[in-house]
Amino acid sequence: MAFTNDAALLEVNDLVVQFPSPNGWLTVVDKVSFSVGRNDIVCVVGESGSGKSVTMQAAVGLVQPKGGRVTSGSVHFEGQELIGMGNRQLNRIRGNAIGFIFQEPMSSLNPAYTVGEQIAEVVRRHRGASRRDAWKRAVEMLDRVNIASAASRAHDYPHQFSGGMRQRVMIAMAIACDPKLLIADEPTTSLDVTIQSLILELIRELQRESGMSVLFITHDLGVVADIARSVVVMYGAQVVESASVEDLFRAPKHPYTGGLLEAMPQVALERGHDPVAIPGTVAQAHAWPSGCRFNPRCVFRQDGVCTTAPIVLSRDDHGLVRCARSSELRGVLAGMGIRQLGSAA
Amino acid sequence: MSATTAASAPVLTSTPIALPPPSSFARRFAHNPTAMVSLILLTLIVLVAVFAPYLAPHDPARSSLRNILKPPSAMYLLGSDDLGRDVLSRLIFASRLSLVASVQAVAIALGIGLPLGLISGYVGGWVDTIIMRFNDALMSFPALILAVVIVGLLGPSLTNAMTAIGLVYAPRIMRVVRASTLSVRQEVYITAARATGCGDARIIMRHVLPNVTGPLVVQATVLMGQALLAEAGLSFLGLGVQPPEASWGAILGTAFPYMAQSPVPTIAAGLVISVTVLCFNLIGDGIRDSVGRMRRAGD
Repeated sequence: MAFTNDAALLEVNDLVVQFPSPNGWLTVVDKVSFSVGRNDIVCVVGESGSGKSVTMQAAVGLVQPKGGRVTSGSVHFEGQELIGMGNRQLNRIRGNAIGFIFQEPMSSLNPAYTVGEQIAEVVRRHRGASRRDAWKRAVEMLDRVNIASAASRAHDYPHQFSGGMRQRVMIAMAIACDPKLLIADEPTTSLDVTIQSLILELIRELQRESGMSVLFITHDLGVVADIARSVVVMYGAQVVESASVEDLFRAPKHPYTGGLLEAMPQVALERGHDPVAIPGTVAQAHAWPSGCRFNPRCVFRQDGVCTTAPIVLSRDDHGLVRCARSSELRGVLAGMGIRQLGSAA
Repeated sequence: MSATTAASAPVLTSTPIALPPPSSFARRFAHNPTAMVSLILLTLIVLVAVFAPYLAPHDPARSSLRNILKPPSAMYLLGSDDLGRDVLSRLIFASRLSLVASVQAVAIALGIGLPLGLISGYVGGWVDTIIMRFNDALMSFPALILAVVIVGLLGPSLTNAMTAIGLVYAPRIMRVVRASTLSVRQEVYITAARATGCGDARIIMRHVLPNVTGPLVVQATVLMGQALLAEAGLSFLGLGVQPPEASWGAILGTAFPYMAQSPVPTIAAGLVISVTVLCFNLIGDGIRDSVGRMRRAGD
């Protein structure tokens, strides 16, 4: 269980992130806590706007340049507090001990440099390697992420690569300094399904070989089933459920998680019905409903119980859940679970 | 870009790990005929400027009162001016002053405009506001009037005139750089660079600057031409180059009133200025099309 791991590699505690808006500061990450152990793969799942990307970026100090601020909470990486750390120190960690892969492979490489130069630059900066050694390492990394004829492809510019290839280049850059943690922010979202599974396979393989931990952000439960060991589900800037991947799929404890499973085509197909969508859309950050933030869309909503006081995250022997009715709904929600994890992937 | 790939492939397959080629930019530029012709022409003009004393048939400052406003002849290939000086020799010597003056003005404009534009666009906030208000104030003056005022303060000389022109053009560079920086700053690769541990200074120098060079180079080469013209204007007003020295603009200025009697000097000076300005612009286009950022449609 991720939450009880004392020797966690990354520990995020009560992280609050705000961004300015015409209505004042908006809380887009609200007291989010989770941890990533060593040699672990954790998936953070949630709809667009649930705050998952911002959480990750805030953890490594990437929201301040965009105008955001971290108002409270802590992020421990290998025992070091990252929140409030100076940029100079953070820059020694970013790209070195923590690798980052972004969602848009088409625009996350600098068009002005060849891919080899971009990977080599990271190696030179963090490792103090010579130009030649860094280039050698860049070619080696491109080869490692299965780019054919890496030695010559390293001289090509990003626009000469396809989306899937660029994402491989991004991965090569992120792991070039043997990071202890790889944060992958929806790395497969903009790729087609075939490429997606190849990239997932690559990340899993790299993880297995190097023993690095992977923090994987996605909104695709199929990907979660494929890759994760434990899962954090976010909704409305908060963590609503957290459990091991087996527990989460077998017996979801939050109606939102249950709804997500019901909406999966693979699951629906197995059960012989159409996928069931969760009604409504995510509320805007300035207009969260009172009580449970999921309550307007929840089929199990009970007025009074779910709609007044904020719901706290409670712990049971299988993980964490933020639902006022979780104990009474246990049976119903378990019925939404999946016996065979493989069928979800 | 298939041409580049094909061209680089044989070189690269010969060695398993080769360092990046010295410059694929030069190779792309060489494949652009317009830019190459312009570059050759400009090189010729520069060579003429360098070797002026050997090329000029006459002393450019020596006047001959018996040969005033002569039409072109074997003696004076482009005729003589109102003081009986050889127009060709004067044009040849003037190329030195004109070219150095334009380079100087643009260098000053770049030296001021580029860093301020980068800082203004990248940092934003109140820094941007202050820089841009100052910028607006400077731009709201008519360029030549402002230059006249600055030269008035500094005293008339070509260096002062070009410093003034450089100052006056700095806001244009600044605006172009700032606008490009604003859009580049939003790119994912800037966040990605930060995520690999780049500091602000490094991001500006390594990641923003190369991606603003396209519009910057175009603007700078256009300004080269404009500086050449502005220098002509100031020299015409007596605020730039001081007699007996001459720049192309000064020659045009002195020849113009006698155009009815002797059209050749005016046309020659005008042609030299136009061709040089055109060369600068076309080279600018060539550079823009050859720098390493290939994000235009169809690539």
